Amino acid sequence: MDALILSRLQFAANISFHILFPTITIALGWVLLFFKLRYNATGDGAWMRAYFFWVKVFALSFALGVVSGVTMSFQFGTNWPGFMETVGNIAGPLLAYEVLTAFFLEAVFLGIMLFGFRRVSNRVHTLATVLVAFGTTMSAFWILALNSWMQTPAGFEMRDGVAYATDWWAIVFNPSFPYRLAHMLIASGLTVAFLIAGLSALRYLKGDRSDSMWKALRTGVFLGAGLIPVQIFVGDMHGLNTLEHQPQKVAAMEANWVTRPNVPLVLFAWPDEEARENRFEIAIPNGASLILKHSIDGVVPGLNDYVGNHPPVAPVFWGFRIMVGVGLAMLALSWATGFFLLRRGTLPRPLAYAYAPMAFSGWVATLAGWYTTEIGRQPWLVTGVLRTEQAVGPVPAGQVGFTLTVYVALYVTLMIVYLGVLTHLALKAAKDGDQTPMPGVRNEPLAQPAQAGE
Amino acid sequence: MTLDWPVLLPLIFAGLMGLSILIYVVLDGFDLGIGILFAMADDDERDTMVAAIGPFWDANETWLVLAVGLLLVAFPVAHGIILTALYLPVFVLLVGLILRGVAFDFRAKVPVHRKHRWNFLFFAGSLTASLSQGYMLGVYVLGLDDGLAVFGFGALVALCLAASYAAMGAAWLIYKTEGELQRKAVRFLRGALLFTALGMVAVSLATPFASPRIFEKWFTWPEIAWLTPLPIITGGAFLWLWHLSFHLPLKGDRHSITPFLTLAAIFTLGFAGLAYSFYPYVVPDRLTIWEAASATESLGIILVGTAFVLPVIIGYSFYAYRIFGGKATELTYD
Ligand code: HDD
Ligand code: HEM
Ligand code: HEM
Repeated sequence: MDALILSRLQFAANISFHILFPTITIALGWVLLFFKLRYNATGDGAWMRAYFFWVKVFALSFALGVVSGVTMSFQFGTNWPGFMETVGNIAGPLLAYEVLTAFFLEAVFLGIMLFGFRRVSNRVHTLATVLVAFGTTMSAFWILALNSWMQTPAGFEMRDGVAYATDWWAIVFNPSFPYRLAHMLIASGLTVAFLIAGLSALRYLKGDRSDSMWKALRTGVFLGAGLIPVQIFVGDMHGLNTLEHQPQKVAAMEANWVTRPNVPLVLFAWPDEEARENRFEIAIPNGASLILKHSIDGVVPGLNDYVGNHPPVAPVFWGFRIMVGVGLAMLALSWATGFFLLRRGTLPRPLAYAYAPMAFSGWVATLAGWYTTEIGRQPWLVTGVLRTEQAVGPVPAGQVGFTLTVYVALYVTLMIVYLGVLTHLALKAAKDGDQTPMPGVRNEPLAQPAQAGE
Repeated sequence: MTLDWPVLLPLIFAGLMGLSILIYVVLDGFDLGIGILFAMADDDERDTMVAAIGPFWDANETWLVLAVGLLLVAFPVAHGIILTALYLPVFVLLVGLILRGVAFDFRAKVPVHRKHRWNFLFFAGSLTASLSQGYMLGVYVLGLDDGLAVFGFGALVALCLAASYAAMGAAWLIYKTEGELQRKAVRFLRGALLFTALGMVAVSLATPFASPRIFEKWFTWPEIAWLTPLPIITGGAFLWLWHLSFHLPLKGDRHSITPFLTLAAIFTLGFAGLAYSFYPYVVPDRLTIWEAASATESLGIILVGTAFVLPVIIGYSFYAYRIFGGKATELTYD
């Protein structure tokens, strides 16, 4: 394998590992704020217990997000020097603003949020929580501005092969950015909703019936049930936007080899890149034309218009199907569970059994979605501006291969430990129930609202 | 040369980058140093040591992200050259930072019998990260060459930097702890200072052989006249700290922050010396800051943001250090 393919694999491995943790922290910050505000309003200690349990998950995820993020920030230089040399004038300021407005905010107030409960007033602690949540959301804002610009570049001109900014507003709010930002933020909300509900279901199955478990469970289920229809709607708009700006990507997502009207919606197929056709196809007649053009004889662009200039079809096709499949599963499960919780006030065991493994379904959908997006952009790194192979650095393949191997081994290990610790924490919480004392809350009557029933 | 924006902006950004590297080295220096000192502490002491850095390490590391970010943003070409040349040491640094960053959190959350494993990784990660930073500094000083001599020099600087980080860690512990651990930290400080001094002498002796250019920059008239105070003040501060270390801890915990501040001053002076040696290059002998700079408009738009945001960042960082001021107590989430 050459340095290019190894560098690509390494980048994909690093970013895939990184994105898992911000996906959790972006939304979990806001959920923690919700727990905290409920506690402030009701004085019910169960909310604070839920907070203390999930703040541990937050801390762990944040630590992993930070260390893998620091790795990311070196990747551009170590593996893709051509990227910065060509579009550095645009990528640079976006990354700089991310560091300045987001990373420091999160990092500094995280300390206060995690360890400051007894040292600052309740109001300052709540404010720190707000700032951390806001900071993670700002990170997503800037990095997605950059990523979207790479997908649908705007507001720049090329001089001597280097991109120069002409309109910063157009650069940040480039055509795909609003959709991508909305879709990603909701994805984060869904990931957290299912994580919370899933781990709570695990506690439920272990016999935990504590108040804090119920509160977290309901929060997760209703958050998920509320967000998933919105996500499907936003995803559809995102797809239409992509059709406008990157038609070859949509053609790959739909495995549509020829431009024509009455295109079927392919449910299952084995896209054969050699023969340029689908094998084992199962399809709904006229479906794709209907979804993409809103009429059954709408003409949908096919891959034949982009020979030699379109992404590999199979991974994009499958990535998209996995994401949508998970989305539909989320819809079914969260609505069914929501129904039982609202109408019957219980959690039937089969639903609990279904929810526990869905704890990480958000990760699956997110990764699948990103693979669709990023592989769908190939062979371009910046659409129409810079090809991926032009950006790779001079580092010998042997070195890249070595570092890639170590990173992957490290990430696999860390992932196992992370999942192990999360399970350990959940099982421990299930065993303790609401029995353990909450020292910080009781010792400082002035800083905290009164405990209910004390 | 005339002082217009295309000339000024790269200078300003070189300055900002230097500043964030310096802040990084001082701040992450003490928490990496505490990681190195983990090897010599017992289990209870380790909890206190982690408590002394718990609320800060993440923000400290962010200065590194800012420094690399500024390099990438302001000098994209140099960024590519430096990081591809230092590919493997950067990788070692990152693995070190990953290990210690996660060990920090995991050691407190895994089942108790696994804790010592993560303590070890915290130490190993901190040490590797410090060594690789020193090694990169050494190689960078020599203009990113390779060869056995370069490797040797890099290794020397690596040890020297790790020792001085350990000294910073010890100084921070003197400030943050009391009782037996504080007395132990004073002993750590003396040991680390000894190694640092040895390393610095070795590096100073090796530099003229390793880099005639830097040697020449320092030892020519009249530069040498106004440069001499630099090593003299540094040496004086060093000796004074050494002397102080025999009397610490003092009654009423007086001067408990002094070793840390003194070391920070020494780092600043050393850094000024380095900056002088390199100016005006970002890649020694190859690229000046003006040749490597990105477009003036792009630098301008970052500068506007930086001018507003950096003071705010420094402000709230001070606030956080004040909240967690005083002696370290047990770290809890509640
Ligand atoms: C919990 C996560 C999640 C769920 C349930 C869905 N998505 Fe998604 N999707 C993402 C998480 C995500 C993502 C990871 O956030 C992506 C990758 C890049 C991006 O902007 O969002 C994405 C990308 C993405 C794209 C690619 C856009 C492009 O590359 O330009 C389309 C067309 C959709 N999504 C559409 C959908 C539809 C129709 C869904 C209906 C079920 C859906 N998504 C569910
Ligand atoms: C938002 C910030 C992101 C930026 C700036 C970014 C940038 C890049 C760059 C520079 C590459 C080049 C390497 C290559 O082509 O292989 C790339 C490829 C890739 N990225 Fe992203 N990326 C981002 C987000 C993500 C996320 C979150 C994921 C996955 C979870 C992801 C998955 C991939 C994959 C799989 C490739 C490889 C595509 C291929 O080689 O076929 N990216 N991206
Ligand atoms: C090439 C792409 C990327 C780079 C270079 C990068 C860089 C970083 C760095 C350096 C950090 C640590 C900040 C600190 O010290 O506190 C970080 C954390 C973070 N990143 Fe990324 N990142 C990338 C992609 C992404 C993507 C795709 C997202 C989300 C959509 C994202 C969202 C975040 C968030 C929310 C954090 C806060 C820490 C956390 O919550 O785990 N980043 N990133």
